[in-house]
Amino acid sequence: MALTSLTADLAAACPDVRDATDADAVDGVRPSVVAAPATTEETAALLRVAAERDLAVVTRGAGTKLSWGRPPSRLDVVVDTRRMNRLVEHAAGDLIAGAQTGLPLAEFQSAVSATRQRLAIDEMVPGTTIGGLVATSPSGPRRLATGSVRDLLIGITVVRADGVVAKGGGKVVKNVAGYDLGKLMTGSFGTLAIVTEATFRLHPIPAADRWLTAPAESETQAGELVAAVLHSQVVPAALEVEWPVDGPGAVTVLIEGTAAGVDARAEQVAALLGGSAEAVDEPAHLLAYPWQHSPGATALKLTCRLSAVSDVLAVARAAGVHVQGSAGTGVLYGYLPADTDPAVVATAVEKLRATRVDRGGAVVVVDGPPAVKDAVDLWGPVAGLDLMRRVKDQFDPGRRLAPGRFVGGL
Amino acid sequence: MTASTESTTPTRGDVTAVLARLRRSLPADALITDPARLRTYECDGLAYYRVTPALVVLARSADDIRTAVAACAAEQVPFVARGSGTGLSGGALPHADGVLIVMSQMREIRELSPADQRAVVDPGVINLQVTKAAQPHGYYFAPDPSSQQVCSIGGNVAENSGGAHCLKYGFTTNHVLAVDVITPTGEQVALGTRAPDAPGYDLVGAFVGSEGTLGITTAVTVRLVRAPEDVRTLLAGFRSTDDAGAATSAIIAAGIVPAAIEMMDALAIEAAEAAVHCNYPAGAGAVLVVELDGPAAEVEHEFAEVERLCQEAGAFELRIAADDEERALIWKGRKSAFAAVGRISPNYIVQDGVIPRTALPEVLGDIARLSAESGVRVANVFHAGDGNLHPLVLFDDAVPGQGERAEEVSGAILDLCITHGGSITGEHGVGADKAKHMPRMFSADDLDTMQLIRCAFDPDGISNPGKVFPTPRLCGEVPGKRSGAHPLVEAGLAEAY
Repeated sequence: MALTSLTADLAAACPDVRDATDADAVDGVRPSVVAAPATTEETAALLRVAAERDLAVVTRGAGTKLSWGRPPSRLDVVVDTRRMNRLVEHAAGDLIAGAQTGLPLAEFQSAVSATRQRLAIDEMVPGTTIGGLVATSPSGPRRLATGSVRDLLIGITVVRADGVVAKGGGKVVKNVAGYDLGKLMTGSFGTLAIVTEATFRLHPIPAADRWLTAPAESETQAGELVAAVLHSQVVPAALEVEWPVDGPGAVTVLIEGTAAGVDARAEQVAALLGGSAEAVDEPAHLLAYPWQHSPGATALKLTCRLSAVSDVLAVARAAGVHVQGSAGTGVLYGYLPADTDPAVVATAVEKLRATRVDRGGAVVVVDGPPAVKDAVDLWGPVAGLDLMRRVKDQFDPGRRLAPGRFVGGL
Repeated sequence: MTASTESTTPTRGDVTAVLARLRRSLPADALITDPARLRTYECDGLAYYRVTPALVVLARSADDIRTAVAACAAEQVPFVARGSGTGLSGGALPHADGVLIVMSQMREIRELSPADQRAVVDPGVINLQVTKAAQPHGYYFAPDPSSQQVCSIGGNVAENSGGAHCLKYGFTTNHVLAVDVITPTGEQVALGTRAPDAPGYDLVGAFVGSEGTLGITTAVTVRLVRAPEDVRTLLAGFRSTDDAGAATSAIIAAGIVPAAIEMMDALAIEAAEAAVHCNYPAGAGAVLVVELDGPAAEVEHEFAEVERLCQEAGAFELRIAADDEERALIWKGRKSAFAAVGRISPNYIVQDGVIPRTALPEVLGDIARLSAESGVRVANVFHAGDGNLHPLVLFDDAVPGQGERAEEVSGAILDLCITHGGSITGEHGVGADKAKHMPRMFSADDLDTMQLIRCAFDPDGISNPGKVFPTPRLCGEVPGKRSGAHPLVEAGLAEAY
C-alpha cells in the first residue's frame, strides 16, 4: 500500500493525520497512520475511506487500556479520539450529561461536580476517557449501589464501519423506544463501531460518606462478613473484599448518604463487621485495579454468584492469585505477578474456571504479557458466541474494527 | 456483506404447514384452531388493534416453544409471543397469517436464591408472584408496572417494563442478568450469567426491551432486591401543576432520589375520586405522591426535607401515611387512574411519552393549549420524577370525528416530547402502535443500525414482524438502494407505515 496516497486520502477526510511511530503500537501491533478526527462527521469520513480501502482501525482515547484483550490481527489506522473532548451538555435539573468520546472521565466529573453531581463510576484507570469507559466498561466499588456503565449510559452516537452515523437512546433516563444500542456497545472493545458521543444518567454527590473495614482471617469469615452486610438493610454503596495470597484479608464497606444517616448506618455496619471494624480514610487501593502497581502482571476478572465469593477466594489463593473487588456484586479482580510462568498462569486460570462448583460467573484474562496471551484462552467459554459473531458480521462484515481484539477472535 | 442474499425475497409460508408439523410433535390440547377460541387472543391491553391469529400454541415448556418456533422458521411463517397480554402498545398483537405462542401456562419459579439475590423464573410467571415468593426472605423484585398483579416476567423482559419505583431502582433491564432464548431461527441459546458482566457483547442488554422481535425467552434470571428498612409516603395537594412541578424540581435539586414521585392533575383526580373515592385534598389543581425508602436513618431525614420543600412550593395540604393501609389508600388513587377515567369519559387513549423533567411546566402548558384548541380533554397522570407522562386523552367514539381528534391530540403530545428532547415511549413500548412514530425520533440510519441487531437474530424477519420498526430492513441489503415495493411487504410479512 502506498503510504503517501493513504495519508492523502485520510487527510481529505480528517485534516489531522500523521504517520504512526512505535509509540502508537496497539498491544505490539504498529499502525501506519494515526488520525485524530475533531468531529463525528470527520470520524464518519475517515471510516468511509477505511471501508473503501479495507483498512483495519483501532480506536484510541487516552490509551490507558490498549493492551486489554488480544492484539489486533491487523492494523492500519489508529483513530485518536482526544480532539473530541467537549462536554456536550449538562442538564443538572434533569441529572444527565453528555460528552464527546475523548473527554477524560476526570474532566467530565469535575464539570458536573459544580452542581454536586457525578457519574457514579469509579475511575479505576487514571486518565480513562468517556469512550474508553464505554468500550471496556471498567467498574469499581460503587457499582454495588448504582450499577456499571451499561446501567448509566442513556444515549449514544456511533459511527459504523461503513461510515454511517447512528444514534441510540436519547437524553432522558426513561426511554424504551427502539433497541438499546448503548448496551450493545458497552464493553464491545471497539469491535462494532466507534463511539463519538455518550450521554449518562448522573447521581447527586452524597452529603456524607464513611468507609469501614474489618480484617478477615479465613475465606469463610470473609464470606460471612460479606453476607452479613449484603443481607442487612444498611444499603451499602460499596462492599469490597481483599484477599491477598499471603496474609490476612479484609472486608470494607462504604456508606453514603446524609450526615446523620451515615453516622447511624456506620454504627450498624460496625456491628455487622464485628469488634475489629474501624473507620478509615477513602482507601485509594480499592479505587484502582489490584494490578495497577504491578506492570506486566496477568490481570483477571472473576465473576461469581454472591454466595460463591468465599469459594472463589479459596481457589484464587491456592492458585497464587491476589484478589480484591466488589464482593457485593460478585465482580472481583485479581492478578498474578509479572514473572509468573505462562504455564502457571494457564493452570491458575484453568483451576479458577473449573466447573465442579457452579459459580455462576466467568474468569476473564483482562490483560497480560504476550506470552500469557498466547498460552491462555482469555475469555473461556462464552455463552451465545455464535450470535455474537452474527452481530459482528452485521455491524462490521469487513472485519475492519479492532479485528481479533475481542471474544472468539471478533 | 456476508449475510446471505438468498433470503432477500422470502416467500410467506403457510400456517397449515406449521400446523401439520406441530400436530406431529405437540399434544392436541396445546394447539388452538377453533375460530371462536382464536378470537379470544385477538388483542392485548391495547384493544384498539385486533387481529385474529391463524394458530395459537399454548406452550408448557422451553421445548414446546422451540418446537413451535422451529416449525415457523422452517415454513417462513411469522410468530408472536404473548405473556399475559397486558401490554399497552400492541406488542403482542397477533399476525393474521401467523402463530401466537402463549406463555401463560409456564408459571413456575424454577429457583429462588436469596443468598445469591437471584430468582430463575419461567416466562409466564407473574411479576408480583416473584415478589411474593421472595418476601418471606426479605427480598422483592423491583420493577413494578401498574399491571404487576397480572403481567408476566417474559412480557416485562420484552417491554423493558418500568413502574412507579424505577426512578430509584431502574427498569427491567437493570434487573435481568441472564435469559434463555429461542432465537427466530429455532436455536436455543443461554445469554448472560448469574453474575453481572458476562464476557462478550451484552446481548442480554440488547434482548431486554426488544419487544419480541429477537426471539422468545424461556427462562429469566432476575435480581432480587433487599426490602427497605423503612418506607414513607406523602400525599401533597397543590393549587396547580406548576407548583407541584416546582416541588418535584426542588426535591431533585436537594440531592434526594425518592423511590417514586407521581403527579396527577385536577381532571385525573376527579376521575380517581369518582372511581375509588381516594379522598384526595379537595380543590387541588394537582397532587404529588412522594415515596422515600431505604435505611430508617436516611428516610427520616430526607422525608422531613421533602415535607419542607413541598410546603415551600405551595402545598396547601400534606398527608403522611401512618401505616401500610394509609399508604395503600394514597396509592389507590394513583394506581386506579387509568381505569378511572372510564368514569368521566366513554373512551380514552393512554399515552406514554417522556420529557426532560425540567420541561414539565412548559409541556403541561402546551398540552393544556392543545386541549383547549381541539376541545379534547386531557387528564394528566405521570411519573414526575423521571418526566414520564401518561396523558389520558378523553373522547366519545359515538360522536363523529372525536376519535380522530383525540388521535391527533395524542400524536401532537408525542411531538411535544420529541421537540423537548424526550422519547415517544417511557415504558409501554413501541409495539404496533408507535412504529409509525419512530422516524420522528430516529433517523433512517439510526433505525437501520438498530435493525442490524434484528438481522443477526432474525434474518428472515419472522419474529413479531411489523412491531417497533416502521419499515423492516432486508438483511443483507445495501441501505438506500431499493426500488419498488419492499420485498418483505410484498411477502406479507410486514406492513410499511
